[in-house]
Amino acid sequence: MSEGLQLAVEKIDTPTIEYAELAPMLIVFGVAVAGVLVEAFVPRKARYATHLVLALGGMAAAFAAVVALAGEQEVAAVGAVAVDGPSLFLQGTLLLLGIVSVMLIAERRLEHGGDAFAPQAAAAPGSEAEKEATAANLHQTEVFPLTMFALGGMLLFPASNDLLTMFVALEVMSLPLYLLCGLARRRRMLSQEAALKYFLLGAFSSAFFLFGVAMLYGYSGSLKLDRIAVATGGAMDNDALLLIGMAMVAVGLLFKVGAVPFHSWTPDVYQGAPTPITGFMAAATKVAAFGALLRFFYVAMPGMKWDWRPVMVGVAIVTMIAGAVIAITQTDVKRMLAYSSVAHAGFILTGMLAANEAGASSTLFYLVAYGFVTLGAFAVVTLVRDAGGEATHLSRWAGLGRRSPLLAGVFALFLLAFAGIPLTSGFTGKFAVFQAAADGGAGSLVIVGVLCSAIAAFFYVRVIVLMFFSEPRADGPTVVVPSVLTTAAIALGVAVTVVLGILPQPVLDLADKASLFVH
Amino acid sequence: MTQTSVSSVYLASTEGGAGMHSVAASGVFSATWLVIGLPLLGAAVLLLGGRRTNRFGHWLGTLFALGSFAVAAALFAAMLGESGADRSIDQHLWNWVAVGDFQAEIGLHLDQLSMVFVLLITGVGSLIHIYSIGYMEHDENRRRFFAYLNLFLASMLLLVLANNYLLLYVGWEGVGLASYLLIGFWQHKPSAATAAKKAFIMNRVGDFGLAVAIFLMFTAFGTFSFDEVLGGSAAASDGTMTAIGLMLLLAACGKSAQFPLQAWLGDAMEGPTPVSALIHAATMVTAGVYLITRSAEIFNASPDAQLVVTIVGAITVLFGAIVGCAKDDIKKALAASTMSQIGYMILAAGLGPIGYAFAIMHLVTHGFFKAGLFLGAGSVMHGMNDEVDMRRYGGLRKYMPVTFVTFGLGYLAIIGFPLLSGFFSKDKIIEAAFAKGGTTGYVLGSVTLVAAALTAYYMTRVMLMTFFGRERWKEAPVGAPADWHEPHPHESPVSMTLPMIVLAFGSVFAGGLFVLNDAFVNWLTPVTGFSHGELPFSVWVVTGMATAMVALGVAVAYVQYARREVPAVAPQGSLVTVAARKDLYQDSINEGLVMRPGQYLTRLLVWLDGRGIDGFVGGLAAFIGGTSSRVRKVQTGFVRSYALSMFGGTAVVVAATLMARMA
Repeated sequence: MSEGLQLAVEKIDTPTIEYAELAPMLIVFGVAVAGVLVEAFVPRKARYATHLVLALGGMAAAFAAVVALAGEQEVAAVGAVAVDGPSLFLQGTLLLLGIVSVMLIAERRLEHGGDAFAPQAAAAPGSEAEKEATAANLHQTEVFPLTMFALGGMLLFPASNDLLTMFVALEVMSLPLYLLCGLARRRRMLSQEAALKYFLLGAFSSAFFLFGVAMLYGYSGSLKLDRIAVATGGAMDNDALLLIGMAMVAVGLLFKVGAVPFHSWTPDVYQGAPTPITGFMAAATKVAAFGALLRFFYVAMPGMKWDWRPVMVGVAIVTMIAGAVIAITQTDVKRMLAYSSVAHAGFILTGMLAANEAGASSTLFYLVAYGFVTLGAFAVVTLVRDAGGEATHLSRWAGLGRRSPLLAGVFALFLLAFAGIPLTSGFTGKFAVFQAAADGGAGSLVIVGVLCSAIAAFFYVRVIVLMFFSEPRADGPTVVVPSVLTTAAIALGVAVTVVLGILPQPVLDLADKASLFVH
Repeated sequence: MTQTSVSSVYLASTEGGAGMHSVAASGVFSATWLVIGLPLLGAAVLLLGGRRTNRFGHWLGTLFALGSFAVAAALFAAMLGESGADRSIDQHLWNWVAVGDFQAEIGLHLDQLSMVFVLLITGVGSLIHIYSIGYMEHDENRRRFFAYLNLFLASMLLLVLANNYLLLYVGWEGVGLASYLLIGFWQHKPSAATAAKKAFIMNRVGDFGLAVAIFLMFTAFGTFSFDEVLGGSAAASDGTMTAIGLMLLLAACGKSAQFPLQAWLGDAMEGPTPVSALIHAATMVTAGVYLITRSAEIFNASPDAQLVVTIVGAITVLFGAIVGCAKDDIKKALAASTMSQIGYMILAAGLGPIGYAFAIMHLVTHGFFKAGLFLGAGSVMHGMNDEVDMRRYGGLRKYMPVTFVTFGLGYLAIIGFPLLSGFFSKDKIIEAAFAKGGTTGYVLGSVTLVAAALTAYYMTRVMLMTFFGRERWKEAPVGAPADWHEPHPHESPVSMTLPMIVLAFGSVFAGGLFVLNDAFVNWLTPVTGFSHGELPFSVWVVTGMATAMVALGVAVAYVQYARREVPAVAPQGSLVTVAARKDLYQDSINEGLVMRPGQYLTRLLVWLDGRGIDGFVGGLAAFIGGTSSRVRKVQTGFVRSYALSMFGGTAVVVAATLMARMA
């Protein structure tokens, strides 16, 4: 019998879709699609409320589905999606962060009669059309479906079990974010510039990712992560394809987590994007991208540990140092937080580089801790305002502690958590990743990490000093009293920060249980 | 009896002691925690309740103290009903910290020794609460005062009831805190604030010793519990035991104002007089004696440490007595006397099993008569516009008869007038000192005899200057302020005289009751052990010598202060008198040896910190900041340069991955 005949006889399975296992993602995508329909059919006045209920309800339902799936350890959709501990843990985290983000996005009491988004995004900044739109007090609600699409992509990203799904998830996640970045109500030129930069560089990095995927396929003949892992075990004399492919896929993912030298977009984009979107990106994108990075290295490349570890150690070290050092001279609070997020990407890489089970679980824990602190910090930024919108220049924050001790106290708590001071979630997280790294034989990383924490503590504490020990400026910004949405978001951030600092054991245990990847 | 028989015999018959056997608390004994809990609750209510409790705070505080005493009395009654072996009771409350090998338990240990202390603390404490109701009547912060007193009681009871050294340390620090708060209670007076700080800082030195001792115990035994530390001490190495013993002695010196950490006690008299009576005479300052007696097994295992204890005690006995002879401030004279009397106790405790029981016996009788004397002094001050200079007293017996009689009985007790409390307890210590044997025994015995004479001298002096002689307070003092008016001495209210009367009974009868059938010694023997020392001569010789020395001291004082006029202004005095007035230059010595070098050291460190460390840190910060500004310029804002940096980064990552394989 010839080969061709054999192929023809082989039975082809009908693809199966395990709807129950995929429920969290399906719900969120469903809500996103429904959101588009809401835009089309629901009267303008009712859209905001409908979107809000739909989005929050959908995310809550998806979270319930995640909880129901807990303990699941299998692959779904013909091996394209892994429903395992890390997937579910990260999806749960992403959904909670998504709920908080949507609450911030839906805040409408801070601007005079508006939200943080442009009334008519298509109108050129400064044009007549823009003035008309502002005068008409227009509100756009496309941000909700866009956010839900992005969130859907994020849910799929860390769960993708083959490289093509991963790429699709990456794009589904990124495209709405590019748009969202350009929607700021104030300083629209800056916002649009940020969106364009993010899009161009994102496309550039996607190209690297795709190029890498192609090479890995060329080497292993498969896109499935487990099959690639098997292929790397085989003795091949020439594995340049494998090495280059691995490096390029890593570059694509490192871009999304904002590791040096692929971080240059972060400060510009974080500064230009509407602050609720910045918070969403900083927290949720990082969680999703680290999930994907973990899965790629832990599932597809465990056999290549000795090849990727040295390079990634270098990346982590450079990331921590550059993030911490450059943050020192930042004068804009959003840029400072951007560089701080770069430094934190380095700390999280430290946990991942432990390349053991503790590495996975400590990274998962760190992502939860970091996500809530970040969202909380950006939520605080939205409240400190003057005539020009948010007062993001740090000099304007001088003496804030005298005027609004509560808000300044909350921000100080978030900064201390970023700095990793005990009794905050940041300390527990840092302790966990450093311990995992030390156990995993990455002692040098721990030393650099601790030193960088010390440098980073300087600029965090400097802001606290500025807030509490400087004279308030006469023309200083005012602190706007937000609606219950932002208040709840900040309160949740504070609660998670404190609870994970004082009583971290339950979540640590959960992360521990969830650290097994399905192969 | 000959010298030779001494050394071989006196260590021979040690009964009881080492190896504690405890039963778990049940029945009445399960209420042991209440003894501490009640005053602690009182302190919490009064401190947290704030002004709302002002009206009844003093009654509440007194009630909690009395309640604690009632529980203590019930415990005592129950303990009398038990047989000797079952009188050692352990109450486990909860585990404080349990991490690996480190187990910290919150548990209480009630035995004959702690029972004595609990009764003394709650009994005298309750009396002083009652006394304070009258004494502090016009003080607007009376409620706070009672809160601190309750806090003190709780801490002191925790100290004596803890079943491990760590918990004892908590109580130890607690009494230090209460003492600090109460010495500085009138903190608007700079002298009181300074005295409080001085007491606190000098106590820190001692506390450091206790902390080190506890570290050493944990290192040597891996535990803090009395049972295991004391049970294991016989088997442990001599060096360790000596080190622990000396560190415990340092702690005792700090808390009990023993040489060389004695300087704070005189200044502590800045606190209200009830505080001086309770904390700085009857209870807290005796904590050092408790510590040494409780750690008997450690000291028994280290004769070197014991010798140092006796030396410290001997020096302090004389030191306090000499200073007491020259003080014109009635409270400072009594404070010097306290120091000297505690010196007796420390000396006795240093003698080992022949002395422990007598140290505690003297501690209890001293608690009665010294508290009584202080309360008497407070009563005198109360009637004399808070005057403390005895040269401005005189002839007060007519004006305050109750105070005169109770103070007089306390005076007779402390000098060791035959058949009063002090006579029995002090006599036993003198006997034990001689029974130590050898040259040491003779030296220590002589010291205690000389100190007995000095005690008689300075106490007679206090008595004569206060209650007898010309009424010097009627004349305006030299350089009196314009608004000076003649004091109108009067007897104190019944809330103040009643405690004095009760204490006077103790001063008179306690000693006699204790020695009847050796009751006190038998009571304590299961805990501290006891061995009969062999005296080089008859007991009656010692008693005779002691009584003769006392008579000598009284006679000299009589000649100086009753036969001659007491000048209203202190005369120049001899070199020794001047030295004694200045506390034998203790403050100058401390300043020269510790304070000034300390100040220089601080200055040097500040300088080093400023130039060296700050310079380095500042330089590093400037370097990082400079780097930051330079690197920041890479962030141009041009997307093309970002893309280039990404491309370059990718090239480096790919190249490095390939190189890693080759390497």
